[in-house]
Amino acid sequence: MSKTVDIHVHHVTRVEGHGNIRVRATDGVIEKLEWQVPEAPRFFEAMVRGRKYEDIQTVVSRICGICSVTHSLAAIKAIENAMDIPISTQTDRLRILTHYGEQLESHILHVGYLVTPDLLGQKSVVPLVGSHPDVVNVVIDLHRLGNLMMEKLAGRKTHPVRLVPGGFAMLPTAHDLRQLKGELVAAVPKLEALAEVVANLAGGVPHFSRETEFVALVNAPTYPFYHGDVGTTDSDEIVSVLDFENVVNEYVVAHSTAKWSKWHRDSYMVGALARFNLNADYLAPLAKKTASALGLEQGCCNPYMNSVAQVVESVQVVERSIELIDEILTAGIEYQRPEAIIQAGCGAAAVEAPRGILFHRYEFDENGICVRANISIPTNQNHANIQKDFEEMVPQIIDQDQDHIRQQMEMLVRAYDPCISCSTHYLDVEFV
Amino acid sequence: MAKPRIAIFDLACCEGCQLQIVNMEDELVQLLTLVNPVEWREAMSDQSSNYDIAIIEGSVTRSADEMRVRDIRIRAKYVIALGACAMQGGVNKLKNNFSLQEVKKEVYGYAADQAQFDTFRTKALAEVIKVDFEVPGCPIEASELAHVIKCLLTGRRPKLAEHPVCVECKMKGNCCRYEYDEVCLGPITRAGCDARCPSNGFWCFGCRGILPDANMDAAREAAALHGKSFAVLQSKLELFGSE
Ligand code: SF4
Ligand code: SF4
Ligand code: SF4
Repeated sequence: MSKTVDIHVHHVTRVEGHGNIRVRATDGVIEKLEWQVPEAPRFFEAMVRGRKYEDIQTVVSRICGICSVTHSLAAIKAIENAMDIPISTQTDRLRILTHYGEQLESHILHVGYLVTPDLLGQKSVVPLVGSHPDVVNVVIDLHRLGNLMMEKLAGRKTHPVRLVPGGFAMLPTAHDLRQLKGELVAAVPKLEALAEVVANLAGGVPHFSRETEFVALVNAPTYPFYHGDVGTTDSDEIVSVLDFENVVNEYVVAHSTAKWSKWHRDSYMVGALARFNLNADYLAPLAKKTASALGLEQGCCNPYMNSVAQVVESVQVVERSIELIDEILTAGIEYQRPEAIIQAGCGAAAVEAPRGILFHRYEFDENGICVRANISIPTNQNHANIQKDFEEMVPQIIDQDQDHIRQQMEMLVRAYDPCISCSTHYLDVEFV
Repeated sequence: MAKPRIAIFDLACCEGCQLQIVNMEDELVQLLTLVNPVEWREAMSDQSSNYDIAIIEGSVTRSADEMRVRDIRIRAKYVIALGACAMQGGVNKLKNNFSLQEVKKEVYGYAADQAQFDTFRTKALAEVIKVDFEVPGCPIEASELAHVIKCLLTGRRPKLAEHPVCVECKMKGNCCRYEYDEVCLGPITRAGCDARCPSNGFWCFGCRGILPDANMDAAREAAALHGKSFAVLQSKLELFGSE
């Protein structure tokens, strides 16, 4: 009797946005294997045309609820680049701090709420409330802290209000910052507890490796999320963010509403693992220690380890935030009104979203009206790599039962922490 | 009564409103003791076929979505429109300023005509199906959603604020954005957010939608008084799907 594998996951669950997986195989011969992205396209690049520069970050923030600070910052940096708007050291530090808040919130949400249920054999975080209350409480506390940082610094948890070209529409008080610092210091042992839980579950992380290209911001000697140019593990060259189109090389595939990318080879990966592989030397001490405790080493090519790299980065941003608050408080907070002199120009910027490098470019006319925009989001840059992972992994496990194959594939997609709403939505495994 | 079956769905949107549900954390855990979540793609693997309350986030932008929401309507006792995208179309309505061919070309270039880019003019949920309750905002205020659900559980009718953001703004003692030579939509926008943006040094951009009986003439005059044209006001109004 011939064995048929027929998988169709329509809208993979526990990811942001919509994606489908389709597999068809007879007697171990794969006939169809596709990662599809049917998210409703949203056309932001067209939507911002004709809008005034001061409204851009408000609109593009809505590309993605979970990376809204990153999208706002990328837009603001690109606008400042286009119009030569100077910013102060204070603004720079406060933006980085706000951005750390989003990294923490998003990483904890992903690892705690979306990935851990897989590792504990559950379909959602809800049953864990009863079975693992201590884990759930740590996750809730850390997630809330990331949100608190954004709320105190940017005026709201999702879709920042205070981040504007030229600086901050309103500044936090020294009291706010001291309060945040207290919470951050208290979060360190919670992060250690979370790392321990993850270390115990690490055995459940599938063993799969595929050599690929990793791409992230580099800015030696720091572990950058906000500054830097584009680095790759495939060469020593560092590309200016102003030339980002030469990195992303976008193309359209038939089964996807999202655009795909490739650079030195057929696909590349962005995200926490890429950042780690390029910049691990510059991690703060506790983050470094956490990485080795979790068995994460530079050069790791197991995409499932992206979630582990997110835990390491959660430690990194908390450690750096504590230092950064000290720097800001020592310098003293000075009232500065954001100013911009409107002029025509074209500008680009890159910022690391929790799920990988994000590029924005805008062109403005002399009235500050946007005439052209180009946005390359991290999830789109990962699509080709997900497909290539499938092509290598599925033949290795095609003899196993269909549910297992399906689960491994869904977990792989989830490991990338895709945010398909940006790409404009995905996840459906279809075994047809 | 058995615990009401709740399902959450997302159409074209940023999923930021769902994120506010996750952000309820403790309160969410409590709420979960009162309701039975049967489908929520972003957070669980289960799927279901009927629900007492269907919460829909996002705008309708293609025929597949239109069929999907009609189907949800048939299966649900109550439908709640979650957030600006569902309630008035939100930022997605900006697309309607251009021809569909133009937006497709802008984003996908030579491949614009491929079938997967099927898209039509952005519609708010109520343009397609009957909506029972609305939770405004971009994103929603989580407390407001909790309030709506609690009302439904106790058989009361939830009510939205009928006064403008300015009222809340003045109560908070903010300095008016017009004094900073900026344009603010506070005078015509539905309150309920505690004047969040003006309280954070930024103008109100109308994310909660324009009040049904908004005094547009007064808004126009206020803008004119500060040397702002109606066109500037109009351009801000368009941002979140109000006209
Ligand atoms: S209303 Fe705003 S926050 Fe909610 S889904 Fe739409 S864009 Fe996102
Ligand atoms: S800032 Fe806006 S909301 Fe506040 S009083 Fe002025 S116009 Fe009204
Ligand atoms: S102030 Fe205006 S834009 Fe801001 S949250 Fe309230 S209604 Fe929305």
